[in-house]
Amino acid sequence: MKDFGFAIEKPRALDTDKTNRELYTRLLKREPSFARCFQCGMCSATCSARNFTDYNIRRIHTLFRQGQTQELDQMLKACMLCGKCTLVCPRGVNLRHLIIQMRKLLNND
Amino acid sequence: MSTVAIIGAGVAGIEAAHVLASNGIKVKLFEKGASALKNIQDKAFLFPNFQSAQEIVTELSAKLLSDNIETFYETEIINLGNSQNSWVLTDKSGHEYVAQAVLVSTGYKVFDASRKEELGYGIYKGVITSLDMENMIRYDKIVNAVNSQPRNIVFLQCVGSRDEKVGNHYCSKLCCVTAVKQAIEVKKRLPQCQVSVFYMDLRMWGQGFEEMYRQAQEQYKINFVRGRISESASTFDGRLQIKSEDTLLGLPLKMTADLLVLMVGMEPSTGTTDLGKKCNICGEYGFIESLNPHIADNKTAIEGLYVAGTAKRPMTVQDCINDGRSAAVTIQDSLRTKNQSSNAD
Repeated sequence: MKDFGFAIEKPRALDTDKTNRELYTRLLKREPSFARCFQCGMCSATCSARNFTDYNIRRIHTLFRQGQTQELDQMLKACMLCGKCTLVCPRGVNLRHLIIQMRKLLNND
Repeated sequence: MSTVAIIGAGVAGIEAAHVLASNGIKVKLFEKGASALKNIQDKAFLFPNFQSAQEIVTELSAKLLSDNIETFYETEIINLGNSQNSWVLTDKSGHEYVAQAVLVSTGYKVFDASRKEELGYGIYKGVITSLDMENMIRYDKIVNAVNSQPRNIVFLQCVGSRDEKVGNHYCSKLCCVTAVKQAIEVKKRLPQCQVSVFYMDLRMWGQGFEEMYRQAQEQYKINFVRGRISESASTFDGRLQIKSEDTLLGLPLKMTADLLVLMVGMEPSTGTTDLGKKCNICGEYGFIESLNPHIADNKTAIEGLYVAGTAKRPMTVQDCINDGRSAAVTIQDSLRTKNQSSNAD
Protein backbone atom coordinates (compact mmCIF):
# COMPACT_ATOMS: atom_id res chain seq x y z
CA MET A 1 0.00 0.00 0.00
CA LYS A 2 1.18 3.48 -0.77
CA ASP A 3 2.65 5.29 2.20
CA PHE A 4 1.02 8.71 2.54
CA GLY A 5 3.07 9.66 5.58
CA PHE A 6 0.08 9.46 7.92
CA ALA A 7 -0.65 6.90 10.60
CA ILE A 8 -3.44 6.31 13.10
CA GLU A 9 -2.23 6.95 16.61
CA LYS A 10 -3.03 4.62 19.44
CA PRO A 11 -6.14 5.75 21.33
CA ARG A 12 -5.17 8.00 24.21
CA ALA A 13 -8.27 7.57 26.34
CA LEU A 14 -7.95 5.60 29.56
CA ASP A 15 -9.56 2.26 28.97
CA THR A 16 -10.74 1.51 32.48
CA ASP A 17 -12.06 -1.89 31.40
CA LYS A 18 -8.48 -2.97 30.89
CA THR A 19 -6.91 -1.14 33.82
CA ASN A 20 -4.74 -3.34 35.96
CA ARG A 21 -5.42 -2.36 39.56
CA GLU A 22 -3.34 -5.05 41.16
CA LEU A 23 -0.54 -2.73 42.27
CA TYR A 24 -3.06 -0.21 43.59
CA THR A 25 -4.81 -2.87 45.65
CA ARG A 26 -1.50 -4.00 47.09
CA LEU A 27 -0.50 -0.43 47.86
CA LEU A 28 -3.77 0.15 49.70
CA LYS A 29 -3.03 -2.84 51.90
CA ARG A 30 0.36 -1.43 52.80
CA GLU A 31 -0.89 2.13 53.34
CA PRO A 32 -4.71 2.24 53.77
CA SER A 33 -4.76 6.02 54.36
CA PHE A 34 -4.11 6.42 50.61
CA ALA A 35 -7.82 5.80 49.97
CA ARG A 36 -8.73 9.02 51.79
CA CYS A 37 -7.07 11.48 49.36
CA PHE A 38 -9.51 14.11 48.08
CA GLN A 39 -7.13 15.79 45.65
CA CYS A 40 -6.76 19.15 47.38
CA GLY A 41 -3.17 19.55 46.23
CA MET A 42 -1.70 20.74 49.53
CA CYS A 43 1.00 18.05 49.26
CA SER A 44 2.19 19.21 45.88
CA ALA A 45 1.83 22.88 46.87
CA THR A 46 4.24 22.47 49.75
CA CYS A 47 6.58 19.97 48.04
CA SER A 48 10.26 21.00 47.87
CA ALA A 49 10.93 18.94 44.75
CA ARG A 50 7.84 20.30 42.99
CA ASN A 51 9.11 23.82 42.54
CA PHE A 52 12.05 22.81 40.38
CA THR A 53 11.02 19.59 38.66
CA ASP A 54 7.98 18.00 37.06
CA TYR A 55 7.48 15.93 40.19
CA ASN A 56 3.83 16.11 41.26
CA ILE A 57 2.91 13.75 44.05
CA ARG A 58 -0.83 14.39 43.74
CA ARG A 59 -0.71 13.47 40.06
CA ILE A 60 1.37 10.39 40.84
CA HIS A 61 -1.36 9.28 43.26
CA THR A 62 -3.97 9.60 40.56
CA LEU A 63 -1.87 7.81 37.95
CA PHE A 64 -1.23 5.00 40.41
CA ARG A 65 -4.93 4.71 41.15
CA GLN A 66 -5.71 4.49 37.44
CA GLY A 67 -3.09 1.82 36.91
CA GLN A 68 -0.87 4.11 34.81
CA THR A 69 2.34 3.02 36.50
CA GLN A 70 4.74 2.80 33.54
CA GLU A 71 6.75 5.97 34.21
CA LEU A 72 6.16 6.38 37.91
CA ASP A 73 9.36 4.74 39.12
CA GLN A 74 11.41 7.33 37.29
CA MET A 75 9.19 10.19 38.50
CA LEU A 76 9.35 9.09 42.14
CA LYS A 77 13.13 9.43 42.14
CA ALA A 78 12.74 13.20 42.51
CA CYS A 79 11.30 12.83 46.01
CA MET A 80 13.79 13.51 48.81
CA LEU A 81 11.48 12.10 51.49
CA CYS A 82 11.45 15.35 53.45
CA GLY A 83 7.90 14.59 54.63
CA LYS A 84 6.40 18.08 54.36
CA CYS A 85 3.49 16.60 52.37
CA THR A 86 2.68 14.30 55.28
CA LEU A 87 2.70 17.26 57.67
CA VAL A 88 0.20 19.32 55.69
CA CYS A 89 -2.20 16.64 54.44
CA PRO A 90 -5.70 17.50 55.75
CA ARG A 91 -6.88 13.93 55.32
CA GLY A 92 -4.02 12.47 57.31
CA VAL A 93 -2.53 10.44 54.45
CA ASN A 94 0.90 9.09 55.40
CA LEU A 95 2.51 10.24 52.16
CA ARG A 96 6.08 9.60 53.14
CA HIS A 97 5.38 5.95 53.84
CA LEU A 98 3.20 5.79 50.75
CA ILE A 99 6.04 6.97 48.51
CA ILE A 100 8.45 4.43 49.98
CA GLN A 101 5.89 1.68 49.40
CA MET A 102 5.22 2.87 45.84
CA ARG A 103 8.92 2.66 45.05
CA LYS A 104 9.12 -0.83 46.52
CA LEU A 105 6.07 -2.10 44.66
CA LEU A 106 7.27 -0.68 41.37
CA ASN A 107 10.52 -2.54 41.90
CA ASN A 108 8.76 -5.81 42.68
CA ASP A 109 9.56 -5.63 46.35
CA MET B 1 -49.52 25.61 82.87
CA SER B 2 -46.27 24.27 81.44
CA THR B 3 -43.02 26.17 81.37
CA VAL B 4 -40.27 25.55 78.84
CA ALA B 5 -36.72 26.66 79.52
CA ILE B 6 -34.66 27.64 76.48
CA ILE B 7 -30.91 27.93 76.86
CA GLY B 8 -29.39 30.35 74.35
CA ALA B 9 -31.09 33.39 72.81
CA GLY B 10 -29.85 32.95 69.27
CA VAL B 11 -31.84 32.52 66.10
CA ALA B 12 -33.14 29.01 66.88
CA GLY B 13 -33.84 29.77 70.55
CA ILE B 14 -35.81 32.93 69.86
CA GLU B 15 -37.85 31.37 67.06
CA ALA B 16 -38.73 28.42 69.31
CA ALA B 17 -39.62 30.80 72.19
CA HIS B 18 -41.87 32.78 69.88
CA VAL B 19 -43.78 29.74 68.60
CA LEU B 20 -44.22 28.30 72.09
CA ALA B 21 -45.30 31.65 73.56
CA SER B 22 -47.87 32.31 70.86
CA ASN B 23 -49.38 28.92 71.67
CA GLY B 24 -49.83 29.90 75.30
CA ILE B 25 -46.81 28.18 76.78
CA LYS B 26 -44.62 30.05 79.28
CA VAL B 27 -41.01 30.39 78.22
CA LYS B 28 -37.94 31.17 80.27
CA LEU B 29 -35.20 32.21 77.88
CA PHE B 30 -31.64 32.19 79.24
CA GLU B 31 -28.76 34.00 77.59
CA LYS B 32 -25.16 33.92 78.75
CA GLY B 33 -24.30 37.24 77.10
CA ALA B 34 -25.66 40.72 77.69
CA SER B 35 -27.81 40.70 74.56
CA ALA B 36 -29.55 38.29 72.23
CA LEU B 37 -28.57 37.23 68.71
CA LYS B 38 -24.85 37.76 69.22
CA ASN B 39 -23.69 35.67 66.25
CA ILE B 40 -26.00 37.15 63.66
CA GLN B 41 -25.30 40.71 64.89
CA ASP B 42 -21.81 40.32 63.42
CA LYS B 43 -23.10 39.73 59.91
CA ALA B 44 -23.65 42.29 57.16
CA PHE B 45 -25.78 40.60 54.53
CA LEU B 46 -27.22 37.12 54.32
CA PHE B 47 -27.16 34.77 51.35
CA PRO B 48 -28.88 34.01 49.05
CA ASN B 49 -30.90 37.24 48.80
CA PHE B 50 -28.36 39.72 50.23
CA GLN B 51 -30.85 40.72 52.89
CA SER B 52 -29.42 42.88 55.63
CA ALA B 53 -28.69 40.82 58.75
CA GLN B 54 -29.83 43.77 60.88
CA GLU B 55 -33.32 43.42 59.43
CA ILE B 56 -33.44 39.82 60.62
CA VAL B 57 -32.17 40.94 64.03
CA THR B 58 -34.98 43.51 64.27
CA GLU B 59 -37.61 40.96 63.19
CA LEU B 60 -36.41 38.31 65.60
CA SER B 61 -35.94 40.74 68.52
CA ALA B 62 -39.55 41.86 68.12
CA LYS B 63 -40.61 38.25 68.65
CA LEU B 64 -39.32 38.43 72.21
CA LEU B 65 -41.97 40.98 73.13
CA SER B 66 -44.50 38.55 74.50
CA ASP B 67 -46.08 38.26 77.93
CA ASN B 68 -45.30 34.57 77.86
CA ILE B 69 -41.56 35.05 77.41
CA GLU B 70 -39.35 35.91 80.33
CA THR B 71 -35.77 36.64 79.29
CA PHE B 72 -32.76 36.30 81.58
CA TYR B 73 -29.59 37.93 80.24
CA GLU B 74 -26.11 37.35 81.64
CA THR B 75 -27.45 34.12 83.06
CA GLU B 76 -25.32 31.13 82.28
CA ILE B 77 -26.96 27.80 83.00
CA ILE B 78 -24.28 25.48 84.30
CA ASN B 79 -26.31 22.58 85.58
CA LEU B 80 -29.43 20.68 84.63
CA GLY B 81 -31.23 18.16 86.78
CA ASN B 82 -34.38 16.13 86.28
CA SER B 83 -36.65 15.31 89.21
CA GLN B 84 -40.29 14.24 89.23
CA ASN B 85 -41.17 15.18 85.69
CA SER B 86 -39.62 18.59 85.90
CA TRP B 87 -36.25 20.10 85.25
CA VAL B 88 -34.22 22.21 87.61
CA LEU B 89 -31.75 24.57 85.98
CA THR B 90 -28.97 26.16 87.98
CA ASP B 91 -27.14 29.28 86.88
CA LYS B 92 -23.65 30.44 87.80
CA SER B 93 -24.75 32.37 90.86
CA GLY B 94 -26.69 29.38 92.20
CA HIS B 95 -30.22 30.49 91.31
CA GLU B 96 -32.57 27.69 90.42
CA TYR B 97 -35.32 27.70 87.79
CA VAL B 98 -37.97 25.06 87.21
CA ALA B 99 -39.36 23.96 83.85
CA GLN B 100 -41.22 21.01 82.34
CA ALA B 101 -39.02 20.80 79.29
CA VAL B 102 -35.61 22.19 78.30
CA LEU B 103 -34.48 23.24 74.86
CA VAL B 104 -30.74 23.50 74.32
CA SER B 105 -29.95 26.08 71.64
CA THR B 106 -26.49 27.04 72.79
CA GLY B 107 -25.10 27.48 69.31
CA TYR B 108 -21.67 27.51 67.75
CA LYS B 109 -18.39 29.38 67.75
CA VAL B 110 -16.12 29.93 64.77
CA PHE B 111 -12.95 27.91 64.37
CA ASP B 112 -9.89 29.61 65.85
CA ALA B 113 -7.84 30.28 62.70
CA SER B 114 -4.58 30.76 64.59
CA ARG B 115 -4.55 26.99 65.06
CA LYS B 116 -3.61 26.75 61.38
CA GLU B 117 -0.32 28.51 61.99
CA GLU B 118 1.00 28.00 58.47
CA LEU B 119 -1.74 30.27 57.11
CA GLY B 120 -0.47 33.17 59.21
CA TYR B 121 -3.57 34.33 61.08
CA GLY B 122 -2.47 36.39 64.07
CA ILE B 123 1.02 36.63 62.55
CA TYR B 124 0.48 38.72 59.40
CA LYS B 125 -1.98 41.60 59.48
CA GLY B 126 -3.22 40.82 55.98
CA VAL B 127 -4.54 37.43 57.02
CA ILE B 128 -8.11 37.77 58.28
CA THR B 129 -11.09 35.50 58.88
CA SER B 130 -14.45 35.50 57.11
CA LEU B 131 -15.85 37.14 60.24
CA ASP B 132 -13.38 40.05 59.92
CA MET B 133 -14.34 40.37 56.26
CA GLU B 134 -18.03 40.44 57.17
CA ASN B 135 -17.26 43.38 59.45
CA MET B 136 -15.28 45.16 56.73
CA ILE B 137 -18.27 44.79 54.41
CA ARG B 138 -20.72 45.87 57.08
CA TYR B 139 -18.85 49.09 57.83
CA ASP B 140 -17.80 49.54 54.22
CA LYS B 141 -14.11 49.62 55.10
CA ILE B 142 -12.28 46.96 53.12
CA VAL B 143 -8.60 47.69 53.69
CA ASN B 144 -5.29 45.85 53.58
CA ALA B 145 -2.64 45.55 56.29
CA VAL B 146 -1.56 49.18 55.87
CA ASN B 147 -5.09 50.62 55.74
CA SER B 148 -5.14 51.29 52.02
CA GLN B 149 -7.26 49.87 49.25
CA PRO B 150 -6.45 46.23 48.44
CA ARG B 151 -5.64 45.25 44.87
CA ASN B 152 -5.91 41.51 45.25
CA ILE B 153 -8.05 39.57 47.72
CA VAL B 154 -7.87 35.80 48.12
CA PHE B 155 -10.50 33.66 49.83
CA LEU B 156 -9.54 30.22 51.12
CA GLN B 157 -12.20 27.60 51.83
CA CYS B 158 -12.26 24.83 54.44
CA VAL B 159 -10.20 26.43 57.22
CA GLY B 160 -10.91 24.27 60.25
CA SER B 161 -13.30 22.07 58.29
CA ARG B 162 -12.52 18.87 56.40
CA ASP B 163 -9.17 18.85 58.12
CA GLU B 164 -7.87 15.91 60.07
CA LYS B 165 -4.98 17.98 61.42
CA VAL B 166 -7.37 20.01 63.59
CA GLY B 167 -9.65 17.06 64.33
CA ASN B 168 -12.62 18.26 62.29
CA HIS B 169 -13.57 15.79 59.59
CA TYR B 170 -16.91 17.41 58.88
CA CYS B 171 -17.87 20.03 56.31
CA SER B 172 -19.17 23.27 57.83
CA LYS B 173 -21.61 23.49 54.98
CA LEU B 174 -22.04 27.25 54.65
CA CYS B 175 -18.52 28.60 54.05
CA CYS B 176 -18.69 27.81 50.32
CA VAL B 177 -21.63 30.06 49.69
CA THR B 178 -20.40 32.64 52.23
CA ALA B 179 -17.16 33.07 50.25
CA VAL B 180 -19.12 33.54 47.03
CA LYS B 181 -21.36 36.08 48.80
CA GLN B 182 -18.40 37.99 50.28
CA ALA B 183 -16.50 37.92 46.98
CA ILE B 184 -19.50 39.52 45.29
CA GLU B 185 -19.83 42.09 48.08
CA VAL B 186 -16.15 43.00 47.69
CA LYS B 187 -16.50 43.38 43.92
CA LYS B 188 -19.56 45.60 44.36
CA ARG B 189 -17.49 47.98 46.48
CA LEU B 190 -14.10 47.61 44.77
CA PRO B 191 -14.71 46.77 41.11
CA GLN B 192 -10.99 47.13 40.28
CA CYS B 193 -9.89 44.64 42.91
CA GLN B 194 -8.93 41.17 41.77
CA VAL B 195 -10.77 38.50 43.76
CA SER B 196 -9.92 34.79 43.83
CA VAL B 197 -11.53 31.90 45.67
CA PHE B 198 -9.45 28.79 46.41
CA TYR B 199 -11.66 25.75 46.84
CA MET B 200 -11.56 21.98 46.81
CA ASP B 201 -15.24 21.43 46.11
CA LEU B 202 -17.79 24.20 45.82
CA ARG B 203 -20.88 22.87 47.51
CA MET B 204 -23.74 25.03 46.30
CA TRP B 205 -26.42 22.96 47.93
CA GLY B 206 -29.17 25.47 48.72
CA GLN B 207 -31.79 27.23 46.71
CA GLY B 208 -30.26 30.17 44.87
CA PHE B 209 -26.67 29.24 45.77
CA GLU B 210 -25.70 27.86 42.36
CA GLU B 211 -27.16 30.97 40.76
CA MET B 212 -24.97 33.13 43.04
CA TYR B 213 -21.92 31.14 41.95
CA ARG B 214 -22.87 31.66 38.32
CA GLN B 215 -23.35 35.38 38.94
CA ALA B 216 -19.94 35.53 40.65
CA GLN B 217 -18.29 34.05 37.57
CA GLU B 218 -20.24 35.84 34.90
CA GLN B 219 -21.04 39.27 36.27
CA TYR B 220 -18.28 39.82 38.82
CA LYS B 221 -15.45 37.92 37.09
CA ILE B 222 -14.32 36.23 40.27
CA ASN B 223 -11.43 33.87 39.75
CA PHE B 224 -12.09 30.35 41.07
CA VAL B 225 -9.00 28.19 41.58
CA ARG B 226 -9.20 24.53 42.54
CA GLY B 227 -6.56 24.01 45.18
CA ARG B 228 -5.91 24.38 48.87
CA ILE B 229 -3.43 26.99 50.06
CA SER B 230 -0.63 25.34 52.00
CA GLU B 231 1.06 28.41 53.47
CA SER B 232 1.35 32.19 53.41
CA ALA B 233 4.37 34.42 53.95
CA SER B 234 4.96 38.15 54.15
CA THR B 235 6.64 39.96 51.24
CA PHE B 236 9.15 42.80 51.77
CA ASP B 237 6.45 45.40 51.07
CA GLY B 238 3.98 44.02 53.59
CA ARG B 239 1.84 42.04 51.19
CA LEU B 240 1.30 38.29 51.33
CA GLN B 241 2.61 35.53 49.19
CA ILE B 242 0.54 32.38 49.11
CA LYS B 243 1.43 28.95 47.82
CA SER B 244 -0.96 26.43 46.39
CA GLU B 245 -1.39 24.06 43.50
CA ASP B 246 -3.77 24.63 40.65
CA THR B 247 -4.90 21.03 40.81
CA LEU B 248 -6.79 21.22 37.54
CA LEU B 249 -3.62 22.25 35.72
CA GLY B 250 -1.34 20.18 37.90
CA LEU B 251 1.00 23.14 38.37
CA PRO B 252 2.26 24.82 41.52
CA LEU B 253 1.00 28.33 41.96
CA LYS B 254 2.18 31.48 43.76
CA MET B 255 0.10 34.58 44.20
CA THR B 256 0.74 37.92 45.86
CA ALA B 257 -2.28 39.20 47.73
CA ASP B 258 -3.21 42.07 50.03
CA LEU B 259 -5.76 40.14 52.01
CA LEU B 260 -6.08 36.42 52.63
CA VAL B 261 -9.56 35.68 53.92
CA LEU B 262 -9.80 32.38 55.80
CA MET B 263 -13.30 30.88 55.60
CA VAL B 264 -13.47 29.59 59.15
CA GLY B 265 -15.79 26.71 59.91
CA MET B 266 -18.25 26.22 62.75
CA GLU B 267 -17.45 24.44 65.99
CA PRO B 268 -19.78 23.85 68.94
CA SER B 269 -19.72 26.73 71.43
CA THR B 270 -18.18 26.00 74.83
CA GLY B 271 -21.69 26.15 76.31
CA THR B 272 -22.85 23.49 73.87
CA THR B 273 -19.99 21.13 74.68
CA ASP B 274 -20.24 21.70 78.44
CA LEU B 275 -24.00 21.09 78.65
CA GLY B 276 -23.73 18.20 76.22
CA LYS B 277 -21.15 16.48 78.36
CA LYS B 278 -23.00 17.18 81.59
CA CYS B 279 -26.23 15.70 80.25
CA ASN B 280 -24.59 12.88 78.29
CA ILE B 281 -26.01 14.00 74.95
CA CYS B 282 -22.69 14.92 73.38
CA GLY B 283 -22.14 13.56 69.90
CA GLU B 284 -19.23 13.82 67.52
CA TYR B 285 -16.92 16.85 67.71
CA GLY B 286 -18.75 18.14 70.80
CA PHE B 287 -21.99 18.95 69.00
CA ILE B 288 -25.18 17.69 70.65
CA GLU B 289 -26.55 14.52 69.16
CA SER B 290 -30.22 14.33 68.26
CA LEU B 291 -32.15 11.11 68.81
CA ASN B 292 -32.64 10.46 65.12
CA PRO B 293 -31.61 12.72 62.24
CA HIS B 294 -34.79 11.97 60.27
CA ILE B 295 -37.70 11.48 62.60
CA ALA B 296 -36.61 12.88 65.97
CA ASP B 297 -34.10 15.56 65.12
CA ASN B 298 -35.13 17.89 67.95
CA LYS B 299 -35.23 15.19 70.62
CA THR B 300 -32.23 13.93 72.51
CA ALA B 301 -31.60 10.58 74.20
CA ILE B 302 -33.00 12.13 77.38
CA GLU B 303 -36.74 12.66 77.66
CA GLY B 304 -37.75 16.26 78.16
CA LEU B 305 -34.45 17.56 76.83
CA TYR B 306 -34.53 18.98 73.31
CA VAL B 307 -32.03 20.52 70.93
CA ALA B 308 -32.23 23.08 68.12
CA GLY B 309 -29.94 25.06 65.85
CA THR B 310 -26.17 25.07 65.55
CA ALA B 311 -25.73 23.29 68.88
CA LYS B 312 -26.46 20.24 66.76
CA ARG B 313 -24.42 20.82 63.61
CA PRO B 314 -23.45 23.67 61.28
CA MET B 315 -26.54 25.41 59.98
CA THR B 316 -27.55 28.51 58.07
CA VAL B 317 -29.85 31.19 59.51
CA GLN B 318 -32.66 29.77 57.38
CA ASP B 319 -32.09 26.30 58.82
CA CYS B 320 -31.96 27.66 62.37
CA ILE B 321 -35.29 29.43 62.07
CA ASN B 322 -36.91 26.28 60.72
CA ASP B 323 -35.24 24.11 63.32
CA GLY B 324 -36.34 26.40 66.16
CA ARG B 325 -39.93 26.18 64.96
CA SER B 326 -39.73 22.46 64.56
CA ALA B 327 -38.35 22.13 68.10
CA ALA B 328 -41.25 24.20 69.46
CA VAL B 329 -43.80 21.93 67.77
CA THR B 330 -42.02 18.81 69.05
CA ILE B 331 -41.99 20.16 72.60
CA GLN B 332 -45.63 21.19 72.42
CA ASP B 333 -46.66 17.73 71.23
CA SER B 334 -44.75 16.04 74.02
CA LEU B 335 -46.17 18.36 76.68
CA ARG B 336 -49.70 17.77 75.42
CA THR B 337 -49.25 13.98 75.51
CA LYS B 338 -47.77 14.23 78.98
CA ASN B 339 -50.64 16.39 80.30
CA GLN B 340 -53.23 14.10 78.76
CA SER B 341 -51.75 11.02 80.37
CA SER B 342 -51.46 12.73 83.76
CA ASN B 343 -55.11 13.86 83.49
CA ALA B 344 -56.12 10.29 82.70
CA ASP B 345 -54.40 9.16 85.88
